[in-house]
Amino acid sequence: MSGWMDHLTIVPIIIPLLAGTLMMLIDERRRTLKAALGVASALVLLVLAVVLLLVADGAPSGGGAVRVYRLGDWPSLFGIVLVLDRLAALMLLLTAILGIAALVFSLARWQHAGAHFHSLFQFQLMGLNGAFLTGDLFNLFVFFEIMLAASYGLALHGSGLARVRAGLHYLVINLAASLLFLIGVSMIYGVAGTLNMAELATRIAVVASEDRALLEAGAAILGIAFLIKAGMWPLGFWLPNTYATVSAASVAIISILSKVGVYAVLRLWLLMFGESGGASAGFGGLWLLAGGLLTIAFGSVAVLATQNMARLASASVLVSSGTLLAAAGTGQVAVTGGALFYLTSSVLGIAGFFLLIELVERGRELGADVLAVTREAFGEEVDEDDQVGVPIPAAMAILGASFVACALLLAGLPPLSGFLAKFAMLGPLLSPGGAGVSATTWALLAALILSGLATIVAMTRTGIDVFWASPAAAVPRVRVAELAPVMLLLTLCVALSVQAGPVMRYMEATAQSIHVPHGYVTGVVPTPWPSGTEGDRR
Amino acid sequence: MELILALGIGVLTGSGVWLLLRPRTFQVIIGLSLLSYAVNLFIFSTGGLRTGAAPVLERGAVGHLATHADPVPQALVLTAIVISFATTALFLVVLLAARGLTGTDHVDGREKDR
Repeated sequence: MSGWMDHLTIVPIIIPLLAGTLMMLIDERRRTLKAALGVASALVLLVLAVVLLLVADGAPSGGGAVRVYRLGDWPSLFGIVLVLDRLAALMLLLTAILGIAALVFSLARWQHAGAHFHSLFQFQLMGLNGAFLTGDLFNLFVFFEIMLAASYGLALHGSGLARVRAGLHYLVINLAASLLFLIGVSMIYGVAGTLNMAELATRIAVVASEDRALLEAGAAILGIAFLIKAGMWPLGFWLPNTYATVSAASVAIISILSKVGVYAVLRLWLLMFGESGGASAGFGGLWLLAGGLLTIAFGSVAVLATQNMARLASASVLVSSGTLLAAAGTGQVAVTGGALFYLTSSVLGIAGFFLLIELVERGRELGADVLAVTREAFGEEVDEDDQVGVPIPAAMAILGASFVACALLLAGLPPLSGFLAKFAMLGPLLSPGGAGVSATTWALLAALILSGLATIVAMTRTGIDVFWASPAAAVPRVRVAELAPVMLLLTLCVALSVQAGPVMRYMEATAQSIHVPHGYVTGVVPTPWPSGTEGDRR
Repeated sequence: MELILALGIGVLTGSGVWLLLRPRTFQVIIGLSLLSYAVNLFIFSTGGLRTGAAPVLERGAVGHLATHADPVPQALVLTAIVISFATTALFLVVLLAARGLTGTDHVDGREKDR
């Protein structure tokens, strides 16, 4: 604990906290100052995330490192730790990218739609960063609450009937989920006697057999809290309704909240019930797999059934959550590596899509989607005369091209990263090292491919309606500040496909280190608590 | 002691869940409050129940794990109380906004058709 480099780990939490608090003190009318502060903070976070990613990957030596930050320098048994490993660094970077994109997008319009947008946004970033960095279960709860409290504010940003109505449901569901979180955490504490995630991993194997059921029940309740966030069927009915009504700038950052649930499941499940889990190893894996498959199915039907672009995007959040959960449920290292690649690609793609929707819908009259579908169904002729010879305006062309890119990304078609991600998951599934391909594998395979088909059908239909069948009454007025974030996110996806080799290497190393969390555990717990003495506490 | 605590948690949880499933926003918020009381009591109980134990140390005695109450659940409860208080207050604001905008206190923002 010496030298400023060691303190880098906590900086992603401190900076948004300070920036957000400072903004509370600034008068609401001085928006430029607030915006400048917000963008500066987001930029610093981005740079920091890249540095931390390189540190976590052990760039000079190439070894990969787990950096542990002990708050107040207490030993991990008593104090709270922050842990930076590859997975945390990856999620930090994704958050920072979405943060800067959403913030820049909001500068054009959305920051004016209500009070304290910039403060809420910074607290959102702080909660997200904290949730990814923390190595302590209860601290995870606290950061979850910070993240959620900020997201309630962002979800209601802009107000309006639909937002308040959906926001109310969102709030109640998440408050109830937080209570489940607490019950799960306290049950685990009651049995294992620790809340430190790495300590927990060392103690799972030595839990007395009569307490094991209690521990597993606690973990399952905790898991439900995470899966509600991730939107697993049947816990995710709140998700499409909320995401579809939230304003574009907010939803771009809120859309990563569902991935926080997936992250927590991946992290804790593999730590607690991975290879070191003793008699509990692999507990709940089938539930994840089955739940993930059902979520994909539900998401695909929702994608096909919807006529509204925002709902289409929300439904694809469900599909991507389901894919990740099912892939995690297979419990294979190589599949997890592919899933992490998919996570990166889908987070960027979906956020870009959410931003794009707002731009495309701007010039359209209300109810045009419903009208287009009705027209399709009843075969009503459109008056074509006045549309002949009108050149497609440049803005519309750019939006259209971006839409195509989003469609390719979400559906997982070549040449963009969505395809590579699906391929990276399907490849290892089909070659499990000599053994035959099992029935669940076939189910996952079919689900992945069919969900891609459903998405491409829905996206094609929507694209035709939006860009060809019922073109915008007026060309949407799009500002550079709004188009640039969309372009940034989509360009990153292209970069992901071009640089798939190095990225995939990172993902595989990440998957390896979370599946065999030896480095994580020994990083946090230098001398493991001798098993047996813990029982004397009672 | 165990029985009383268990009954208390059970009754609070039961009432909380029932209220949570009611259609009026006010019932929902009371339900959530009751549930959070139940959860707080539950967290307390994970430290083990003792009567007359010192909070951390007996006066003049050498600290031993077996004699004092576990302080961690107490710290957790304190945090949980603060957080649930804050989020309930937040919910109250949204509840009032919803009441004002929709003109009804139904959770869906509109009365069910009769």
